[in-house]
Amino acid sequence: MSIQGFLRADGRKGIRNVVAVAYLVECAHHVARTIVTRSDDPDVHLIGFPGCYPNAYALKVMQAIGTHPNIGAVLLVSLGCESFNREALRATIAASGRPVETLVIQESGGTAETIRKGVEAVARLKAVADQTARVPMDVSELVIGTICGGSDGTSGITANPAVGRAFDRLGAAGAACVFEETGELVGCEKIMADRAITPELGEALEASVRKAEAYYTVMGYGSFAPGNAEGGLTTQEEKSMGAYSKSGSAPIVGILKPGDQPPTGGLYLLDVVPDGEVRFGFPNISDNAEIVELIACGAHMTLFTTGRGSVVGSAVSPVIKVCANPETYRKLSGDMDIDAGRIMEGRGTLNEIGDEIFDLVLDVAAGQRTVSEALGHQEFILTYKAFDPIGPACLPLRRAS
Amino acid sequence: MNLVLLHPDDNILVVAMPVRAGQALAIDGATVMASGEVAVGHKVARRALAAGDKVLKYGAPIGSMTAAAAPGEHVHMHNMKSDYIASHTRQATGEGQ
Repeated sequence: MSIQGFLRADGRKGIRNVVAVAYLVECAHHVARTIVTRSDDPDVHLIGFPGCYPNAYALKVMQAIGTHPNIGAVLLVSLGCESFNREALRATIAASGRPVETLVIQESGGTAETIRKGVEAVARLKAVADQTARVPMDVSELVIGTICGGSDGTSGITANPAVGRAFDRLGAAGAACVFEETGELVGCEKIMADRAITPELGEALEASVRKAEAYYTVMGYGSFAPGNAEGGLTTQEEKSMGAYSKSGSAPIVGILKPGDQPPTGGLYLLDVVPDGEVRFGFPNISDNAEIVELIACGAHMTLFTTGRGSVVGSAVSPVIKVCANPETYRKLSGDMDIDAGRIMEGRGTLNEIGDEIFDLVLDVAAGQRTVSEALGHQEFILTYKAFDPIGPACLPLRRAS
Repeated sequence: MNLVLLHPDDNILVVAMPVRAGQALAIDGATVMASGEVAVGHKVARRALAAGDKVLKYGAPIGSMTAAAAPGEHVHMHNMKSDYIASHTRQATGEGQ
């Protein structure tokens, strides 16, 4: 199946053509959600930021997602008095060549009238987005993220290393592959640093994990949920070793922070733990927050491995669910795309499942809906954080062409 | 095969099919009786482990034993701990550990 991407003005290509309706404070959430519900279109998605106080990270992530290759147009829904810089967000999206409109509830006649105007705006925006040119798209133009959620003792044996095999194939084909959650790499920092393409990057990788360990220590909990223990995982570092296997075996070419775009193909670590003093709470309050950050780094889709059985999807970019545990698969097969747990029962090998994931990535890029996508899952969550820019050792040189 | 060895250096094995109490387990050529039920994804000792021993999985240390375990015995939160950040269970949550 060949991929026909949606060509954007910056040269990037999308695998979906989503009209995003974005609330800019929780007070506008209901109005924005109702606009999405009434539009009744699988390619109209709700995104947003709930806070009333300003946050540079939240603006950067919303700008990155508003100009994501999978986005065709954006409707901003503001209450009117919140701090979010709606003009800056609108200007960034407009400069990317996308149609964008803003509705301010306090100036648009309140709830009912803003919903009515919003539904009309979405129809207008979609009509423009539908004119987007379709062009051939190569595997090398894909950005693929991976995350694990609801991990158990099978995750690190089946689904995670199978994703690692798929990542090795995708990276070899020129795609950018992004793994994340430095808090789930505590204990494997030395092994990971050995895979860096430069010694300086290796030091930066180790430093990112030390930062995560210090941060989580202050918070009082590691990135370790009770379900992990019930599933046979005992310690943070055990969970880490299993999670780490999602990264495959390719050299690590760079580190990203949320909203940074990978400048080349190859394997990247996404550093999701805030810089500076501990503020604003847990780095990522749920898996969905990590998926949003992968999307903010341009991920066209996310490979989500689960042992206990997560059911989530995402707005903007499809989620492929790779189930690690054969017992979980039997209970939740209607929520899973790939049955990696059959490795446990001798009904498949890591290479076979890795190839299955690779093939599904191409099918989903070509338009096939993932299971969570077809079920209507469009989870999205964005909370407060603070980051310093990435250091000079963190990125490979930009492609010459 | 009930038990998986992930790396030659490992001193634990991962349970691939549910283990029943009293079931005979083949570990490195010897046969031991499982002392209790162990669920899929959990770990059992490959050899006799003492308190303070590093637990090796994927060939890497994943924590330390806090109590001894005989070959075939369940290795989990009751007899091992993290060397980094303490783990928590649902019961312990909110009790200040």
